[in-house]
Amino acid sequence: MLKKSMFLNPNVDLEGQEKGRQEAPQVPDELCRSCPSCKKLCFLSDLQAGCFVCPDCGHHFRLSARERIALIADTDSFTEINQDLTSTASSTFPGYAKKLEGAMKNSGENEGVVTGFCQVGGHDCALFVMDSLFFMGSMGTAVGEKITLLFEAALAKKLPVLGYTVSGGARIQEGILSLMQMAKTSAAVQRHSQAGLLYLTVLTDPTTGGVTASFAMEGDIILAEPGALIGFAGPRVIEQTIRQKLPEGFQRSEFLIQKGFVDSIVDRRQQKQTISLLLGLHEGGAA
Amino acid sequence: MRAYERLCAARAKGRPTAASYISALFTDFFELHGDRLYSDDHAILAGIARLDGQPVTVIAIEKGADTKEKVDRNFGSVHPEGYRKALRLMRQAEKFGRPVICLVDTSGAYCGIGAEERGQGSAIAQNLMELSALKTPCISILIGEGGSGGALALAVCDEVWMLENAVYSVISPEGAASIIWKDASKVQEACEALKITAEDLLEMGVIERVFSEPKPGADFAPVYAELKQALKERLAHYGSLDAQQLLDHRYEKFRKIGRPKQ
Repeated sequence: MLKKSMFLNPNVDLEGQEKGRQEAPQVPDELCRSCPSCKKLCFLSDLQAGCFVCPDCGHHFRLSARERIALIADTDSFTEINQDLTSTASSTFPGYAKKLEGAMKNSGENEGVVTGFCQVGGHDCALFVMDSLFFMGSMGTAVGEKITLLFEAALAKKLPVLGYTVSGGARIQEGILSLMQMAKTSAAVQRHSQAGLLYLTVLTDPTTGGVTASFAMEGDIILAEPGALIGFAGPRVIEQTIRQKLPEGFQRSEFLIQKGFVDSIVDRRQQKQTISLLLGLHEGGAA
Repeated sequence: MRAYERLCAARAKGRPTAASYISALFTDFFELHGDRLYSDDHAILAGIARLDGQPVTVIAIEKGADTKEKVDRNFGSVHPEGYRKALRLMRQAEKFGRPVICLVDTSGAYCGIGAEERGQGSAIAQNLMELSALKTPCISILIGEGGSGGALALAVCDEVWMLENAVYSVISPEGAASIIWKDASKVQEACEALKITAEDLLEMGVIERVFSEPKPGADFAPVYAELKQALKERLAHYGSLDAQQLLDHRYEKFRKIGRPKQ
């Protein structure tokens, strides 16, 4: 069951992972994880070897930003930028400072996106990876600023941008400044685009709200992980608005590709190879 | 006036909607329909007109005056085809060197099955990107509700103005109350915390100008006169810039809002 609160409350565990652990108390936590989709127990070693995809049903487990970087970037090629950048909009909204503290503890990150430069299959690119463990990847001023700075740096270096999105949407606690990040990031994407540079996005579960309605959907090529929830409005909000149940598979990657909003659904185990191929196809193409 | 009272005023029955502004500010308005892709979204009322003789493109979100019209206009909640109609007319304005004037009044982009099927997120995203680099002057005026991405899709402009009782927010105060406080009745608290009023947004540098309103029920004619004068002045200024200056100014305007610390 997908609940809207999952996308907005960072303290809610995702896809029943916590529940899965409770259902299997006899197995040491550090050795196994229960698949949120088929409920089978998977050895952590098997998951690690298989890009955290369930060997039985193919479910793609959610990953932290660092786990993703380890999977996609060539070994030791990632250099992070702006890792200490944090929000200034935090002080006034009730309870926000405490929430931020929790998000930092939960994720081990300073903000909801990690940015930098790396190589994928030997191809240079700028990389951003959002982190669902930090406030469900919600977009506030720091997330918007880090992504904007990355596009500006990529433009200066004439590099393509590869971006992994995961987000519950805008960070409500930052109010209008959160909304303004959609404008700021989109303007930076546009400048990078007009210089003839490639922007490749990979939409992961879930990508919703203000992130969908800005840089997630602005890629020259938009890839998606299988089964990812991707939409503008969250399913709960839509159900409340139209007062009916949504059809099975609504807003999943497979639905989006059918409707024409995603170029390709790529299994995580083939992502590095696919992205390397696409980066290679665009080399030397910049004006 | 407290933020909640502004919210109520922005939503008040009888408040002038975009069509009233269009008739008061412009002459020769000729409506243009359709996105050339799917259909014509009646929540977007748009076309060509003259502002004191100068041809301009007007793109408005219209909520509708009476019940029948409200239903026809989907209460000002725009579908993807509405944003695509707006984008088509923005590009047309750029081609013919006409300034763009947007009038925004929406509780938000429509949330529904069709809107998702036709790519609401993608439609808004395209508008943000293209509007940020549109090579013609553009000014957006929030006349009532400025509901999140659905409003922003018509507000990445050289200047953004608000009526005194208009509101602009990342989420409806009701939505924020139920998500943050888990209590839909905390709307007043949400209004204060979100900082949705023109006064607050001017102070934060999100908007450039606030226009005073007459007392409730009084004639809006003085507001229209002031708006018309301001539009003429600012469009003349932006019209005098070359394309690169114009786009650099617009980029910097959004670049500096709420810059975080490092």
